Amino acid sequence: MDQPGILLSIRNLTVPLPSGGDRPYAVQDISFDIHAGEILCIVGESGSGKSMSANAIMGLLPDYLKPTNGQILFRDTDLLQQPESVLQKIRGKDISMIFQEPLSALNPLMTVGKQVSEVMQVHNEYPGEQRRRRVIDLFNFVGLPDPESLYDVHPFRLSGGQRQRVMIAIALALEPALLIADEPTTALDVTTQAQILALIARIQKEKGMGVMFVTHDFGVVAEIAHRVAVMEKGILVEQGTVDQVLNFPSHPYTKRLIAAVPRRRFDESAQASTAPPVLEIRDLKKTYMLSGGWLGKKRAIKAVDGVSFSVRSGETLGIVGESGSGKSTIGKCLLKLINIDGGQMLFKGKDIAPLTENEFRPMRNNLQMIFQDPFASLNPRHTIGKSISDGPVAGGKTRAAANIRTRELLELVGLDASSFDRYPNQFSGGQRQRVGIARALAMEPQILVADESVSALDVSVQAQVLELLQSLQEKLQIALIFITHDLRVAAQICNKVIVMHKGRIVEYGSPSQIFDAPQTPYTQSLVAAVPGKQWIPPGSGQQVSMPS
Amino acid sequence: MQGLLKRYMRNYGAVFGLIIIIVVSIMALAAPLLYENSPWMMVAAPLIPPFTEVAYPFGTDMLGRDITAGLVWGARVSLMIGLVSTIIALIFGIIVGAAAGFYGGSIDDALMRFTEFFQTIPQLALAVVIVAVLGPSIYSIMGAIMAVSWPPAARLVRSEFMTLKQREFVQAAIVIGQKPARIVWSQILPNAMSPIIVSASFMVATAILTESALSFLGLGDRNMMSWGFMIGASRTMIRQAWWMSVWPGVAILLTVLAINLIGEGLNDALNPQLRKRGE
Repeated sequence: MDQPGILLSIRNLTVPLPSGGDRPYAVQDISFDIHAGEILCIVGESGSGKSMSANAIMGLLPDYLKPTNGQILFRDTDLLQQPESVLQKIRGKDISMIFQEPLSALNPLMTVGKQVSEVMQVHNEYPGEQRRRRVIDLFNFVGLPDPESLYDVHPFRLSGGQRQRVMIAIALALEPALLIADEPTTALDVTTQAQILALIARIQKEKGMGVMFVTHDFGVVAEIAHRVAVMEKGILVEQGTVDQVLNFPSHPYTKRLIAAVPRRRFDESAQASTAPPVLEIRDLKKTYMLSGGWLGKKRAIKAVDGVSFSVRSGETLGIVGESGSGKSTIGKCLLKLINIDGGQMLFKGKDIAPLTENEFRPMRNNLQMIFQDPFASLNPRHTIGKSISDGPVAGGKTRAAANIRTRELLELVGLDASSFDRYPNQFSGGQRQRVGIARALAMEPQILVADESVSALDVSVQAQVLELLQSLQEKLQIALIFITHDLRVAAQICNKVIVMHKGRIVEYGSPSQIFDAPQTPYTQSLVAAVPGKQWIPPGSGQQVSMPS
Repeated sequence: MQGLLKRYMRNYGAVFGLIIIIVVSIMALAAPLLYENSPWMMVAAPLIPPFTEVAYPFGTDMLGRDITAGLVWGARVSLMIGLVSTIIALIFGIIVGAAAGFYGGSIDDALMRFTEFFQTIPQLALAVVIVAVLGPSIYSIMGAIMAVSWPPAARLVRSEFMTLKQREFVQAAIVIGQKPARIVWSQILPNAMSPIIVSASFMVATAILTESALSFLGLGDRNMMSWGFMIGASRTMIRQAWWMSVWPGVAILLTVLAINLIGEGLNDALNPQLRKRGE
């Protein structure tokens, strides 16, 4: 066991869950090694125990979770046997960690420079003047602009990517031997993610650290990992080199996950629909005014700035962009959830923009929306049946007729008819999103707006929901406007793609145009930032069926 | 519902509070059966100390009135005023808060300035003025308590509505074409209910205290025996007959404590995830 190079070795670690959970163990009998100078990616879907194993190493498990079995050997000392005082000396110095949310991981009331120097203060390193010097060196090293003046800046002044760089600087301050990164790029935009991934890879190479990188994204794995461990429901099902696991997966679960990774479809439906556009947007404008108080100047943010496009029945239009690009604002404008400041929205030739809420309400059934968060988009106090049938009832149908239709729809979206009387908390995220789709379809819409509708779902569930959306659309010939930040998802289901940047359309075209020959520099950088783009998942192109 | 009861029963303090309130309520309801005569009637020798005569376990006051009878009848006044004024204040607060939170904009501004007008006046001072102007009666007391206790309720409901309005299921209800009244009634209000219920229980406790304070100041209803009045009437006798003020004081203490315990228990039971975070 004691070959040189092994930094951390987890042996048969088992952490039981309190009774009453959906499974007896958070992690069960997992073993893996991290060598010095390698990046080990732990991949799994939500609830697979991947973060739990990272927290167990740092001794960050909540009180009700106690490892009952196994060892965590760091340089041949079992961390599970050490008292808190010993762990405190190791944390931050020998092992450090980066978290998912750079927003909440930094103290908002302390300057970022202080937060970095705090680590050194705690471990009594770099005394006196050296400390400030070291912080500035670190800021330089992680690629933060203007390190000298950044020292005295509070976190709220920094962007998400910059905050994550500060977190990395804190983690690196004492040159740890092992860096644990728990989904460090999940909350970031794709171009920022690419930068942070490159930074972590560079640091790892220069410092020769071992990195344990927890993620759910196979693209990220392909981008950064040397070795991969796949976890499912607390069990480590497969581990091996990145080539082995990604290209020749042996465990059925890994195969299933990799098959579900969104990818370009090859049968690009070139049959351009010739039907007249069902919705035409002309020069849409939306400006948010931020009042500056009595003394400050008012600030106007152009969320949507002169956007025009059209969709036809049976067509899927993707709207792709990073956060702040205005893509979600467009979705809200289309459904008149917010007022617009200019432009026309022609539904079958009739401008719906100037209509008041009362005038528009009878037409609402034509335009429906599938929301982002499957947990927030259903009223927790209404049964599934009521949530779906409320719409038709508001449209004038009798409750009985609406109920019959609801049961049909539940079947259509692949849910059991018995779901009718159950409450949302009895369903998983994917099932809830199916309910959301059924609710939209109950109105018999002609246009369906899906705002980041699969972003909150695990990759295998995401694939199922995408498949469902696609088959429904083919069956019902609805115009689908699919808003997403994920280029890979857009590539999978859209006929046409709009790329948004700062409220404007920067590029419009078919997926192959956008991805193979992007014209504008912004689209080029966006496409280049997609993680793992060189990796072509095995089995591409073939239809993969999955049990729901 | 069962889960709710189970979670509530896990909190011993809350169960204790519930038991006290049940006992006080039974006392209040059974007052005419226990003591047929008015508590104002002189029934025995004055100033009998407590625990000396079986018929008058808590003693008598300077006019020979039975303190036990006063306590039992006083429970009626306290609980009734607490409940009725809270319910009215809550209804008014919910209407104001819901309108402000749901519509926002200038309606919100107008309603909130109106609410602040009430909040800037010290509560007890406002209550005293209202009762003094209208003349002390059970209705003016309830009106005064209602007038001082609705603004916090309105503010709470407003903030709940403002957050819930942004939730996706409410947006979904707009998208499927539900009318605003229906959205407020079936989508938002049920989800805002748990904090409202919790704060309502604390409002009852405050109402009982306010009523006692008014009665203590001599602004109670002349026809109704109340705990506050008993304390107020006995303040000149405090050196000769401590029991005259102590027993009604204990009654107020226990009742208000019990209601607060219930409120806390409800809070834990209705928001189980909050409780876990604190542990």
